[in-house]
This record gives sequence, structure tokens and C-alpha cells, in this order.
Amino acid sequence: MKATDLRGKTAIVGVGLGGLPSAPNRSSMEIQTEAVHHALTDAGLNLSDVDGLFTGSSHAFMPALSTAEYLGIRPKISDTTMIGGSSFVGHLLPAAMALQYGLCDVALICYGSNQGSGFGKLKSMSEPQTYEAPYDPRHPITSYALATARHMHQFGTRREDLAEVAVAARRWAQLNPLAFARDDLTIEQVMASRMVNDPLSKLDCCLVTDGGGALVLVRSERAKDFPKPPVYMLGTAMAHWHRQISSMPDLTVTAAAESGPRAFAMAGLAPADVDVVELYDAFTINTLLFLEDLGFCAKGEGGAFVRGGRIAPGGSLAVNTNGGGLSCCHPGMYGTFLLIEAVQQLRGEAGARQVDNAHIALCHGNGGVLSSQVTALLGDASTL
Amino acid sequence: MNDMTNAFSGPGPDAVFAAYLADGRFMLQRCDDCKKHVFYPRVLCSHCGSPKLTWQPASSQGTVYSTTVVRRKTEQGGDYNVALVDLSEGPRMMSRVEGLAPHEVTIGMDVRAKIIDEPRHGKLLVFMPTQGGGA
Repeated sequence: MKATDLRGKTAIVGVGLGGLPSAPNRSSMEIQTEAVHHALTDAGLNLSDVDGLFTGSSHAFMPALSTAEYLGIRPKISDTTMIGGSSFVGHLLPAAMALQYGLCDVALICYGSNQGSGFGKLKSMSEPQTYEAPYDPRHPITSYALATARHMHQFGTRREDLAEVAVAARRWAQLNPLAFARDDLTIEQVMASRMVNDPLSKLDCCLVTDGGGALVLVRSERAKDFPKPPVYMLGTAMAHWHRQISSMPDLTVTAAAESGPRAFAMAGLAPADVDVVELYDAFTINTLLFLEDLGFCAKGEGGAFVRGGRIAPGGSLAVNTNGGGLSCCHPGMYGTFLLIEAVQQLRGEAGARQVDNAHIALCHGNGGVLSSQVTALLGDASTL
Repeated sequence: MNDMTNAFSGPGPDAVFAAYLADGRFMLQRCDDCKKHVFYPRVLCSHCGSPKLTWQPASSQGTVYSTTVVRRKTEQGGDYNVALVDLSEGPRMMSRVEGLAPHEVTIGMDVRAKIIDEPRHGKLLVFMPTQGGGA
């Protein structure tokens, strides 16, 4: 038995979004449930078909229990592994294993939050870290600012390069009718926005929005029985090396440098094979770090790589095609949206933002403070 | 000063570290087996898993690994520094560098630990520049 046995064995047959671009006066559970309904409708299934539940929450202590009760389902297996925003990309692994071993037949991955309308500001369940808290870091931006400062010091990365990431995300968002932030944005505007934690300004930070996402997964042997073209899980790998930023070994190298190669190995693919890239951009530095750690460019060259609109619409590499956490949505945790956008791209149903000839997508989830990293490679039927 | 606390009984490493700090001493654990230093305080060595960790006085010397200015309104106390400091013994810790403006702290700056009385946290480890900053 080996990890590569899971290649292509699981198919995503339904995806759904909820509460985008905003959902005032709606609860997190209501937003999540809208996404679940759309995903099941997309798959041609009913709630009563769901017997595996993979979820996480920014508000519920026992999210599988709350979600299953609310939906009126009785899962045979649930998993709520909490590794921050990357959890939902991470849920691909237990979902694939549970399906493969017959522990369930229809797996549901879901998340929803009313963080934008409900709280008015970022609220986190994350507990203060004993040896960091006395210095009053703002969670999580101070940690990302420290990583950014180190990257700039070590590699000469410039604020303009970070701004390039924000502008590319906004240009993709302008092609996505569900994106939250669609106004024109220039590098100069990002540079001039209010400094929050040097060197990160307000427009280097992800949005705080409402939103929900859901995916329905089955064993690939059944995948052709569903209404939409199946999208197959080719490889997924997880790595985490720290919890708090002071314990991160090298602030310029994330555990994506481990999860990426393992996911590519499971899929039998290389970065050059990838048609569309969805990276968890909680802050502009994330996109640079993950392009480097996942092998799209050399370490330290992320800033130079993104210059000149290279990851924007019309550029040579399509990155964060829904507008990302920076301009589409970021309801506390963004993982489901990486997967859903990849599925829509691989199905060819992404409308104005559709990437031509998209057969292979990479989704990369990040959680905590660059702490947990999960890389997933998805493909259409031509990639099996 | 070389007393070893039993790894699995008595006050735990968190409490021992805090008690030393309250006494004005900055102590670090060092592993008897792999000889590496550990921070934050732990029951097992995070390098090799050994329970044989011995408290030793820290050199208090460090270098700024990264730094940021947390922007805050003047009426709420103004901007402040948060830094990661690499201790000369090896471990890294979060702290802040005092004795100069928050934005004047630079990566690579040599710093020295100082224990201060902080209204909200009691004794707290901060750092001062080793040269030219009034250390």
C-alpha cells in the first residue's frame, strides 16, 4: 500500500457557493447550508445521500455535530481536523480514504461564515500563544509581516512586488461577478494604502467577508453517473512544521516546500504541467512564498516572477482566478474556495475568467501563520 | 547554577521559567543528551526527545532575525515594535526591541536581553541594542 494508490480514485462531482459576495443578517450555518444545497443540486444528489461529513468552523466547537444536526443527516464518519484555513484542502485526504475503504459513499466537505457582516471585524478562535502574547502581536498579521520583512531583507523583494500580487488578484476578481472587491486597483494605490504592520499595508491583507463553500465527493468508479464532468483528485499532501511564527524554522521557506513535492509525486506531475493555480493568499507575501516553495520559480525570485502582470489575466501563469482571498472572498477560512474555483475552471464553467485548455489545477491551502500547508492536484478525465 | 528539574513531577517548565523570571533571571533549558538549547520551555527536548533538560543562565545576547512595527493610534499608545530575536544559544523568541524608535529596529541588529516590569505581564523579557542604543 502506498500514497500513490489514491491517485485518481476520488472524484469531485458537485460544488456550491453560498453568501457571496455578502450575506447580511444571515448566520454562518445558513450560509454554509446554502453552499451545501447548491453542491448537492450540482451533483444531482439529496441530503439523505450524504454519509460522510468533513467540515470545520470559525464559530462552532464541535462543527460536525452542529452541521449534521442542522442538515438533518446521520454521517457514518465525520472528520473535523483543524489546521486552520488549509483544513478543507486537507479534508480531501480523510474523505478519499473513507470513500476508498467503503466507510462512506458520498462525502461532503463544507464551510460557511458570516464573518464580514456578522462580526464587522476579524474574530479568531485561535488561542494566544504563551510566549508571544505578552508582546501584543496582532493575530495573524504581525506574523505575516515578520515573514515579509525577512523575505525583503534576504532577497530584495520590494513592496511593489507585493502590490503586483494584489493588483493581479483584483484584475481576476473583476472577471468574477461573485467577487467582493471589483473596483479598479493600481500598484500605486496599494503602495499608498494605510500601513498596518510594516511592511504590510491594508491592501496587502485579505478581505473579511461572508461566504460558504461545499464539495461533494464519490469514488471515481461512480463518477460518470453524475450530471457534471467529474474532477479527479490526483494528489494531495499535507505538511506542518510550526504553530506560532517564533517557531517557524526559516521565515522564507514554508512547509509547502514539502507538501508540494509530495503532492506532485502522488500525481506524477510537475509544476510545468499545471494549467491553473489557486494559492491561499491571506496576505500578498503568501502568493510569492507558495510560487517559490511549490516550484513555479526559484526561492527568492517570487517578486521578480510576478512583475509585469505575469499572474494576472493574460499573463503566462493563471493564479487565483476567482480573485483570491485578497479580492474575491475570505470568510475566516478560505480553503473550500480554492477547490471550488479549480473545479469550475477544470469543468470549463468559469465564464469570463475561464482559463483556456485547463486540464490540471493546483490548489494550495495555508493555515495558521504560514503553519499548515496542504497541496492538492486536481485534473479532468484526460489526466487519469 | 545547574539545577535539573524532574521532567515529570513538580512545577513544570513553564512555571519554572516564570519563577526564574520573577526572580530577575533569564534561564534557558539545555539538553544533556544532544547539547542543544530549547526555547520555549518544554518537558522533552524538541531536537532529540530527551527528558534531560537542565536550566542554565542565558547569555542574553541575540540578533534581530525579523522586525515589524505594529501601527497603533497615538491615543491608544502609539506604534510599537515586535521582533524575532535569535539567541546566541540557538533558539529564537518573539520579543520587542526597546531604547530606540520601533521603525529603527533592523534585521541583523545585535541586541541584549533585559528584564523589565510590565504592568500587565509582570516581569517581561525585552531587548536593547548592544551598541549605541543605551544598553
